[in-house]
Amino acid sequence: MLKNKENRIIKIIIYVVCTFLAILSVLPFVIMIVNATRSTTEIQQHAISLIPSGYIMNNFKILVGKSFNPLVGFMNSLIISVGSTALALYFSSLTAYAQVAYNWKLRNAFFSFIMIVMMIPAQVTMIGFYQMVYKIHMTNHLSMLILPAIASPAMVFFMRQYLQPTLSMEIVQSARIDGAGEFKIFNRIVLPIMKPAIATQAIFSFVASWNNLFTPLVLLTDQKKYTMPIMVSLLKGDIYKTEYGSVYLGLTLTVLPLIIVYLLLSKYIIAGVALGGVKG
Amino acid sequence: MKSKIPGYDRYAKYGYIFSIPFVIAFLLFSLYPTVYTALIGFTDLKGLGMSSIHFLSDDIFKNFKAVLASPSFQQAFKNTVVLWLLNFIPQIFLALLLAAWFTDKRSKVKGQGAYKVLLYMPNIITAATIAILFSGFFGYPMGPVNDLLVRFGFAEKPLELLRSKTVARGVVIFIQTWMWYGSTMITLISGILGISPEIYESAEVDGSNRVQTFFYITLPNVKTILLFTLVTSLIGGLNMFDIPRLFQNGGPDNSTLTTSLFIYNQAFSGSYMYNRAAAASMIMFVIIAIIASMMFFVMRDKDEAKLRKQIRQQQKAYIKKLKAGKESGSC
Repeated sequence: MLKNKENRIIKIIIYVVCTFLAILSVLPFVIMIVNATRSTTEIQQHAISLIPSGYIMNNFKILVGKSFNPLVGFMNSLIISVGSTALALYFSSLTAYAQVAYNWKLRNAFFSFIMIVMMIPAQVTMIGFYQMVYKIHMTNHLSMLILPAIASPAMVFFMRQYLQPTLSMEIVQSARIDGAGEFKIFNRIVLPIMKPAIATQAIFSFVASWNNLFTPLVLLTDQKKYTMPIMVSLLKGDIYKTEYGSVYLGLTLTVLPLIIVYLLLSKYIIAGVALGGVKG
Repeated sequence: MKSKIPGYDRYAKYGYIFSIPFVIAFLLFSLYPTVYTALIGFTDLKGLGMSSIHFLSDDIFKNFKAVLASPSFQQAFKNTVVLWLLNFIPQIFLALLLAAWFTDKRSKVKGQGAYKVLLYMPNIITAATIAILFSGFFGYPMGPVNDLLVRFGFAEKPLELLRSKTVARGVVIFIQTWMWYGSTMITLISGILGISPEIYESAEVDGSNRVQTFFYITLPNVKTILLFTLVTSLIGGLNMFDIPRLFQNGGPDNSTLTTSLFIYNQAFSGSYMYNRAAAASMIMFVIIAIIASMMFFVMRDKDEAKLRKQIRQQQKAYIKKLKAGKESGSC
């Protein structure tokens, strides 16, 4: 009986702590969204409220009346994220397939190489990258933020770990006997096998690219090329200093697409994080 | 690894062919910039719009010496390590506690799916947005935090909270922990679920309590995952940029200046000292490369077999989950 009582107390503690943390996760975003609908005067009187007000259109007018252009940021971010994710997925799968399906001399050396470089972040080589891009007059070209995704060592590693136990060489062999070329086998047979891994990696690659601030901040100086995170950073500037409602609305606009996508795909995302944990 | 099928070597050339796009992109966009960054570190390259390089003739290591001797780089390095360490400790503690709770068969926490979704959510939101949101929360005179402090009588009048170094650092640390503990927790849960259930059963039969089970079974079995989390978090922490930049831009008084921010400021503001920034980058590059290769050797030798097994189990569970998920619809 004593054990039972102790169990109950532990359970209550668990639920209280978890619920508190869950509220802590959501509350900042709730305050942000509610304040997006309130006027600056209302916010100045009480900066925290859970009751929406009716100033959202007004805030929107002030917001877009200055340099903040959410639609441009959204489109640029979309182009970069979709482009780099597609390239990363396709070429990482291809490189991983080369690792798993073929027996070539440098295979293991190449894999060790991938394992070492995958931890090194792009940030520490940004000065050289910027100078290189500057020299060929390609700053402000979105392609410079997309093409590097062809070489994504961490994703190659993940894809290889997935493909190794999943791919059966018998299927590949029988396709060869049917006369299919190697490239066709990869596109028609191997890519469909990799769908679950591609889906997981697609989400993470997309989100990482969407949220990236550092590289676009260094390369893009033209306002028309700004991505969402750079747009967001404009809200910190002096021009919005006293327009609290508009700033909250601007922040909300950048976050809303992410929250919606997250809530729709959360099941896969959580499963993906779990899988990524042992990806090494 | 050995070939699975005889006569396999006929196709070996495709291994090279299919790796070509990766290699070309890597050479162009990773290796060349790395080498170029290293070279710039030995030159006099500075000034907006400059790109021709001349090697230093007097003292080739001048930039490296200048960076290492610079008080703001030293401060930035110290900040980076402190900010990372103080966020990692509560993060790993919280993640371990929650993971132990969620996997405990005796407690059977209900609504785990919903909790996981909510606790992980901050991780997916743009860090830039979060930084500005929090700097708004701590605004003076009328940010939400001041509103609460005054309303509940903790302060008589609004405080200029962000003037304080401790508050600014504390908020950056809080944001980092808040954004990452959910991710670490899910990683650890998946690791704990990979431990054979028989071990837990026999521990229970032997009368071990929750705390003993945790310290003698769970913890030793997730060592590899803990190490992995430590290393990825450390490397991420050494590159912390978005939050310190957009929260208070390194301030007040350089208290949240990180090395990444130092590098950015050197290269893209003031007198555009690309050479100094490149030298600082290379110092960070070497530190990270050392950490990464340590990780590589540990993972490769000691735990490779174990890790492989775990990955396979996880993948099976994951595929099963995806299949099951399509029918039930809950996480």
